[in-house]
Amino acid sequence: MTDEVLLQLLLTVAAALVGTGVFGALSQQSIVMVMMGIELVVNGVLLGGVAAWYFLAPRADAQVLIVVALVVMAVEMVMGFAATIAIYRARQVDMVDMATELNG
Amino acid sequence: MTEAAGATSAEAWGLVPAVGLVVVAAITLGLLVAAVDSVVLAGGRPGAALDPVRSAVRSVLEQRRTTLAPDRLLWRLGSSAAFVLAVLSLAVVPFDGSTLVSTSADLVWFNAAEALLWAAVWLVGWGPNAVHSLVGGYRFLAQGLGYELPLMFALISTGIAAQSLRTTDVVAAQAGLWFVATMPLAFVVFLAGGAAFAFWGPFAAPAGSDVAGGVLSELSGPDRLLVDGGRAIFLGATAAMATALFLGGGAGPLLPATWWFVVKTVTLVTLLVVVGRRLPVLRPDRFVEVSWVVLVPAALVQALVVAVLALAGVYR
Amino acid sequence: MNDVVAVVGVSLGIVAVVLGVAVFVVDSMARATFALLGSFLAIAGIMLVLDLPYLALVTALMMTMEMAVMAVFMIMFMMNPAGLMPMTMVHNARGSAGAGLGVFAVLAAGVWLVDWPTRSGTAPADATVQLGEAIMGQYMLVMILVGVGLFATILSGTVLATGRGRYDRFGPDLRRSRPTDPVPGGLPR
Repeated sequence: MTDEVLLQLLLTVAAALVGTGVFGALSQQSIVMVMMGIELVVNGVLLGGVAAWYFLAPRADAQVLIVVALVVMAVEMVMGFAATIAIYRARQVDMVDMATELNG
Repeated sequence: MTEAAGATSAEAWGLVPAVGLVVVAAITLGLLVAAVDSVVLAGGRPGAALDPVRSAVRSVLEQRRTTLAPDRLLWRLGSSAAFVLAVLSLAVVPFDGSTLVSTSADLVWFNAAEALLWAAVWLVGWGPNAVHSLVGGYRFLAQGLGYELPLMFALISTGIAAQSLRTTDVVAAQAGLWFVATMPLAFVVFLAGGAAFAFWGPFAAPAGSDVAGGVLSELSGPDRLLVDGGRAIFLGATAAMATALFLGGGAGPLLPATWWFVVKTVTLVTLLVVVGRRLPVLRPDRFVEVSWVVLVPAALVQALVVAVLALAGVYR
Repeated sequence: MNDVVAVVGVSLGIVAVVLGVAVFVVDSMARATFALLGSFLAIAGIMLVLDLPYLALVTALMMTMEMAVMAVFMIMFMMNPAGLMPMTMVHNARGSAGAGLGVFAVLAAGVWLVDWPTRSGTAPADATVQLGEAIMGQYMLVMILVGVGLFATILSGTVLATGRGRYDRFGPDLRRSRPTDPVPGGLPR
């Protein structure tokens, strides 16, 4: 198997992870499950970054990108849980369909 | 995988013997911890050292109890993971000067094996669909939020001093001065963190008698053996890793290096067990605050001191 | 070596996708959380095979802790955490599936249509050293911003999540010498 085909296979896997994550984030009603979908999208980004580092340009850029993706995930978790707790405290809401404060 | 690394034990004697050594070392360490523990509990009666072997054999033969509507898949996964992770954490411990795997991030490997134990222990608590067991699992996580950060800073202090995350490099960097001399706090935090990951001694609240045994309450038969064995091996691995990271590994006069390593590890195990059995169990809700307000800043200062000493050239 | 990378990489990739799909298929919230953890660990395994041990281990470490905490929140907020009574909690499943498939189709088409360049430069002897020197040198600004961002996240997360202010703790006139907290904590203050 040539390097290019292997790169394409790994990127296809990354695309599948992103697609699954998008499906989950859009279809789930529970806020926590929506966050799982977003995590899966970032998981695909991690794989894409690693594949790019190994097969295209083994420089520090890709590694720093992966570190930033990990940080993005941590920030997403913290803010997601904090928002979930805040909205649950205020209105006992744990589903995205019920969070309608900003409806005009 | 990392050719730039020093020779690993896998390269030196082939993969199968090297893996075999780690598994044998793991089981020996686990039995050692359990034997010392039961001797201490029996008030120093040497015959008690054989009790763990007896109860291990009984566990293998025993029929499993079960509960109503358990999540069998996750339950079994959790109890086997506890054992497998304990053995995996030993893959980066240099028993005879080389390690089974040598990556450029060995210290993170050791820590990752412990962190995966969070998931494993929570699963052991979740699996049986029982209250006490789940409470124990939650306690383990709550306690983990307390000791994980100090433990990471303790590990990284040795990395800063050795300017490498590879265990063999950390051992080599102690040729002049054992790290315990300049980082006593990191040493104590590391041992305490290891005991907490094995939820043992003062950190045994997840398996406390006030919740009828907590995460262990519904375990029986081979599962019980895997989890108890995993805990004992983790405690032994902590002693062995502390020997490598803080006590100069196999350094010492006259005896060969491997012997010195064994002597130091056995001493540390005995020390851990004797001291740990004399301390009361800490309540997780209390310990977390103490940990964040006292231990985290203290461990940070320790790392800062080590960094300054490293810049001053003390470790060269 | 390359064959090992190919076999292990692709099979771990398939595992990652299967577990990723399982997250939204299984009934039990505990299983969903740990399926996601399995997906992350598979990606970490690929990183390990591709000579990035530090990032692989940090991913495994971080994601395990995240998912352990995630499991607590899942159990806390979901109506049916153990999945003993199967129920669906989805909206617009067909549209979402279309969006997911569409994203995958476009990305995959791009992956297979682009004429990828060959590798430029050689892999460093030690990827951990490469990353360390980058974030303490050329990319230090990135790390500083990441640090500030994480600090701001900690503060705003705490502010959002906490339900009690100082008036609840120290009384309406802030005169109480010891705060009344539901969980007392371990320090004498």
